[in-house]
Amino acid sequence: MRRDVPLLIKALGIAGFGILYIPVMIMIIYSFNSSKLVAVWAGFSTKWYKELWTDDILLTALYKSLLIGVSSATISTVFGLLIAIAFVRFSVFKGRLILSLVASAPLVMPEAVTGLSMLLLFIAMEISFGWPSGRGVDTIMIAHATFGMCFAAVVIQTRLRDMDKYLEEAARDLGGRQPFVFLSITLPLILPSIIAAWLLSFTLSFDDLVIASFVSGPGSSTLPIVIFSKIRLGVSPEINAIATLMILTISILVLFGSILVLKREDKK
Amino acid sequence: MNYFFQKFGRILVIWLPLGWLLLFFMFPLVEMINVSFSEARRAVPPYIPAFQIGSGGFTFSPVLDNYLLIYEYWEDYLWPAINSIRLAFFSTLYCLLFAYPMAWWIARSNKSIQHILLILVLMPFWTSSLLRMYALIGLLNPNGFINDVLIWAGITVTPIQMMQTDFSIYSGMILTYLPLMILPLYASLVRLDVSIIEAAADLGAKKWDIFRTIVLPLSIPGIVAGSLLVFIPAVGEFVIPALLGGPEQLMLGKVIWTEFFRNRDWPVAAAIAIILIAIIILPIVYARYQDRERIS
Repeated sequence: MRRDVPLLIKALGIAGFGILYIPVMIMIIYSFNSSKLVAVWAGFSTKWYKELWTDDILLTALYKSLLIGVSSATISTVFGLLIAIAFVRFSVFKGRLILSLVASAPLVMPEAVTGLSMLLLFIAMEISFGWPSGRGVDTIMIAHATFGMCFAAVVIQTRLRDMDKYLEEAARDLGGRQPFVFLSITLPLILPSIIAAWLLSFTLSFDDLVIASFVSGPGSSTLPIVIFSKIRLGVSPEINAIATLMILTISILVLFGSILVLKREDKK
Repeated sequence: MNYFFQKFGRILVIWLPLGWLLLFFMFPLVEMINVSFSEARRAVPPYIPAFQIGSGGFTFSPVLDNYLLIYEYWEDYLWPAINSIRLAFFSTLYCLLFAYPMAWWIARSNKSIQHILLILVLMPFWTSSLLRMYALIGLLNPNGFINDVLIWAGITVTPIQMMQTDFSIYSGMILTYLPLMILPLYASLVRLDVSIIEAAADLGAKKWDIFRTIVLPLSIPGIVAGSLLVFIPAVGEFVIPALLGGPEQLMLGKVIWTEFFRNRDWPVAAAIAIILIAIIILPIVYARYQDRERIS
């Protein structure tokens, strides 16, 4: 293909990538700094990582974040798949307009607004029917599943639309029943996008601070909530270490997910 | 029988997610409007609902107090609103300036480099904005990395104030939203027909003229899409003004947070949230309108 990209554009492009990566890279380097003083380099050490494993508050928060992330991502993916099927496979149906509205509005809603409005609903529901009694892991999970499914729907929809419909039709013509055709033909074909949608909903949930802050109750602080309160006290090597671990984990997941998606695209 | 299942399955596929989203997304917004017309009180919950069905039967007593309060203390709320729009607007502009050469580079590279660059764009987008803002603080702090280097190099003696300025906000916004600008720009640039550019070049057009008269107009859909994707979340941003901004950079997202968590004035927080939604709807409606104009 064409390789006539001017040097100036390449230089500007590299500068742009520099902006995206340099802050995180410097933070990763300083997470191995043995000095408590953030700005002074005093030699290589992994002691801040070891200290993380003794911090009970962090570990509890990590466990809660993982629990919420996995469960909400699973709900998001299933419901996102349903939304995608409805949009791509059912051409006309009652409520299409309202579904497209409520499935896209969460994508543009500011997190503070989503969080506040959901909390107000949970409180109104508690007053009216006694559920949910108080707020905690379950309310955060519901909130995350709600906006996660809209993102999942977008990811799966794109793939479902590009899929070769004749494969499904052929299977049906050969006598395959609808559920069987879906499970054995459609699902394997769109599987990469389903994995990508799950990973996406998981990272959205795992990284969310604002919505979780609104709908969490006492004792249900997730990892971002704990980290945010620590950051307010200032830069410290422990946060460098935990942030490094989180960013590396998510980056590896994303790398895995994007390779899956890009490879599929190449085959087309 | 088969037909019945198909019909039933269809209804389930539509109504499961639709029901969930109506219950947990639409209802909350309605409830928020309800609370924004409610009277604040010192109790749990800290408001008397404007509309409620309870032991007292059906009651409906909306009050305009919260909006009047915002009107009365308009300076406290107007400046954050203007700040939100101003900071989001310039952040979008800076993102566009940085993203354009990057998107062009990605669009014009060969397949394997293109994939690597796309993954490099996507990766920071998925990692937590909170953590990346934290990393940025480590750079911009008075005793942070940049000031250390500047003092060491003898360029400055006292640390330069970078935190709690517009500069720190713009840095945070670019770091957070640059990928959202690059992707739609890339999508519109990669579709651009190179033969048009070659034809123009063969006919003697200068590079700048080719860019101005061919590339730029054809990439306008990408510019519009990217600008919306950056501007909309940037207006309602909370983490960036909370961690990087000072009192001069107060934004509506942070005001909602403060009203809610610190002042515990939920009805006013709800009223501000509704104003924020209004600010966000305007550019979306405008873009839709422009789209329709272009098609017709």
